[in-house]
Amino acid sequence: MEHFLLGNLTWDALPHQWFTIGGTSALILGGAVTAFLLTRYKLWGWLWRDWLTSTDPKKIGIMYIVVAAVMFFRGGLDAIMIWLQQAMASGSGGYLDASHFQQIFTAHGDIMVFFVTMGFFFGLMNLIVPLQIGARDLAFPFLNSLGFWLYVAGAILINMFFAVGGQFAAAGWLSLPPLSEAVYSPGAGMDYWIWSLQISGLGSLLGGINFLVTIFKMRAPGMKLFDMPLFTWTSLSSMVLVVSVFPILTVTIFLLWLDRFFGMHFFTTDFGGNPMMYVNLIWMWGHPEVYILVIPAFGIFSEVVSTFSHKRTFGYVSMVMASLGVMVIACLVWLHHFFTMGAGADVNIVFGISTMLIAIPVGVQVFNWIATMWHGRIEFKTPMYWFLGFISTFTFGGMAGVLLADPAADYQLHNTLFLVAHFHTMIVGGALFGIFAGITYWFPKITGFTLDEKWGRRAFWLWLIGFFASFTPLYILGAMGANRRIDHYDAATGYQPFFIMALAGVCIIALGVVAQVIQVYVSIRDRKQNMVGGDPWNGRTLEWATHSPVPFYSFASTPVVRGRDAFWEMKQSGRHNSQTDLVPGGNYEDVELSKNTGMAIYLSAFVFLFGFAMVWHILWLAAIGLIGAIACVIMRSFDEHTEYTVSGSEIMKMELSRKLS
Amino acid sequence: MKPLTRVAIGAVVVSAAILLFRTLMGGSVVALFDPKGAVAGQQTWLIEESVLLMLVIVVPMFVFLFTIAWKYRAGNNDASYDPDRKHTVWNELVLWALPAVIIVGLSVPAWRATHAVDPYQPIASDAESMTIQVVALPWKWLFIYPAQNIATINYVAFPEKTPIRFELTADGPMSSFWIPQLGSQMYAMAAMQTQLNLIASSTGNFRGKDMEINGDGYAGMTFMAQSLSQSDFDAWVASVKQATSSLGTKEYQALAAPSENNPQAVYASIDPSLYTNIMMQYMAPQPSGLDEHHHD
Repeated sequence: MEHFLLGNLTWDALPHQWFTIGGTSALILGGAVTAFLLTRYKLWGWLWRDWLTSTDPKKIGIMYIVVAAVMFFRGGLDAIMIWLQQAMASGSGGYLDASHFQQIFTAHGDIMVFFVTMGFFFGLMNLIVPLQIGARDLAFPFLNSLGFWLYVAGAILINMFFAVGGQFAAAGWLSLPPLSEAVYSPGAGMDYWIWSLQISGLGSLLGGINFLVTIFKMRAPGMKLFDMPLFTWTSLSSMVLVVSVFPILTVTIFLLWLDRFFGMHFFTTDFGGNPMMYVNLIWMWGHPEVYILVIPAFGIFSEVVSTFSHKRTFGYVSMVMASLGVMVIACLVWLHHFFTMGAGADVNIVFGISTMLIAIPVGVQVFNWIATMWHGRIEFKTPMYWFLGFISTFTFGGMAGVLLADPAADYQLHNTLFLVAHFHTMIVGGALFGIFAGITYWFPKITGFTLDEKWGRRAFWLWLIGFFASFTPLYILGAMGANRRIDHYDAATGYQPFFIMALAGVCIIALGVVAQVIQVYVSIRDRKQNMVGGDPWNGRTLEWATHSPVPFYSFASTPVVRGRDAFWEMKQSGRHNSQTDLVPGGNYEDVELSKNTGMAIYLSAFVFLFGFAMVWHILWLAAIGLIGAIACVIMRSFDEHTEYTVSGSEIMKMELSRKLS
Repeated sequence: MKPLTRVAIGAVVVSAAILLFRTLMGGSVVALFDPKGAVAGQQTWLIEESVLLMLVIVVPMFVFLFTIAWKYRAGNNDASYDPDRKHTVWNELVLWALPAVIIVGLSVPAWRATHAVDPYQPIASDAESMTIQVVALPWKWLFIYPAQNIATINYVAFPEKTPIRFELTADGPMSSFWIPQLGSQMYAMAAMQTQLNLIASSTGNFRGKDMEINGDGYAGMTFMAQSLSQSDFDAWVASVKQATSSLGTKEYQALAAPSENNPQAVYASIDPSLYTNIMMQYMAPQPSGLDEHHHD
């Protein structure tokens, strides 16, 4: 009976170690403080009506970025704990045991990939892609809200182990079997991994479909595919990958769950199971996944370089082709993650060379950015600093990547800290620097005021110096033969000074994060002085053609596009200035917008319940979660009043009052 | 600041960084640049060659990047400004051709090296090759010498200048076998066998380790590889045969139970079918006994 009610859940699952107690207290305290402030300032209604239930991509985008930022602090804390352990653990020292250490780097990887980088990019895409193509909403506003709330459900579930269970998966961020099978990882930690990724992965898939349909079907009149801004193009490439490969992730993890729950033998070592199949499948998703993270960053840098050089992008068609090229090749290289699994030389080198090919379109993009700056007028605002920092780091990461792509060299570098340094260079120097550039660049679009330049530059230098200080030692450690994921090492190896240096580096990065927090604070404090109009950077693309912050109807009248760099063309041809848009009797048509709905929250809550119940094998609760989720879908599909209309005259009134004030 | 001053400061910073790293390095072995066998030697050479080839394009790229960024800065009114500057398709094609040429240049040696150091390919040598069977156990390495009928734990000795054919399997989670100074790692997986051919060009002690996370004892799953002269190796085999311990099925079951940071050990004799049995046990569903020793 007790097992029926509570599944595998027992009293032991409640927090009793210092880190679970710490994590749980942090969760409870954070929640309590938030709840107190919301109550104190009577903001619950505002939060629910204006934000949580919103289907407006401009709001969902901001919520994505807020959640991703919170998760970034969580993942960053993990990073510090990992390096602290490794700096101390010469001989058998250190403050963590092996299992706890392994849980931390597993959580660090999953959180940084799924909940930080993905979250930031979905946020930026929500904010910018519809505006760049002159659309007022995504194709499926409800799915967008649902995708976000599934992402949140996944984010909560991955942190739930603090409060209930006390252990997370400890088999690395991809949980390769047989280690992740029930025989070797019997605890609930692995099931937390499975269900948080399943749920957030579903959200990503919904997001991918939504953006594809939006980009294909909802572009402003006159905008051809080859008129689209490059951030939209790279988002398109990234979302094609999401739609192509996330189903592989879902199925692979589902099969692993069948193994664990029903004792099946897809990936076990015995009874005909084959772990190598999982390794192939997970990387068929996993390699495209890292390009999903980095391709949109290329798009951000294209916008930044062109805007701040005040010159049109050099080789637009090349840029599009390069981004599509990366997209296609990304799906053809997965085997390079396991050259050392015993494949023959011919198989290995085919995948090796196909991997090296990626350097061609990426190299083209770098050259085109430089050529864009050539004969430009470059303003060195913070986003340009991030761009130069990105090239300075990413190039080395790319060189390391080409080495790793060479099977003969990879036999010597695989699973060393050289590999760890490589992919951090790509994800931090590439994706994250791109995110920082993008947030700084579009911040005035979202809020109406710019981010503080002085603190932005300070943050940049701290990040850049901290980055080199922490990852250069890892390249050297890799050359010394140090393996990744070690919780201790023989003192005679001489690893320790480099681990200490890496720890010092991450502390500098932490100071950079502090500088960023100060930057946001200072910018909000001084927002009155930093208020800018709709077009603070003399922008080129359509998102700058409307007010900042963007009104809920996005565009007062639907923009008509006559070529690339649509807004620049409007300004050059005199079709746009703040006056013409406001002429009474102008072309203000009625606008249909999506209503708010709490249904995505209810649905995600049921899905969360289902996931939690599956972790602990509480079958009745899982049934409730599943039935509830399906019921929500059915109820929503019978709701025919999901949109409301804002009349053209109302919009005209709002535009006029904006002008008068 | 004058450009020359900047360059000078840059040079000082770089030199200081190099000095710092050299000091930190102390006497420790940088395996990648201290190869002790033909396989590792070719890999080191390949890595150095590839880096140099990439620098051919990367160095000019950085020069262009920072020169252009500086020259066309907003404050510099001497530089021309042409916001709608036209270019031809040929300009773009050149930018595709540059990295393409470098990648072709990298692919050819990559193809050659990958075939040359194929782990499955026996190493050509005058000396007769020797087979050592490797079993990755949680969390220690078992080495079986089928010809000598001896076995060791976390220690492997072999004669120098002799091609060694490692046959690898696992009785537990996937692991990866690596002796950095000799070259090439290879996964060891339960229920199947992989191969790795290596050779040591001189005598010496080399660190070996597991490279794939496989549970709590992962970091401690290291071993010592010792390359000996033929006579020293023969003497070592003879000394092992003097030991009292032997490795049969029963002793193996105790050994296969998870244990961390294991000391080195030797077995004077082994059950000749042991290695095959370790693989064959996975052809049927695992007996619950295995479950027991994995739950702690």
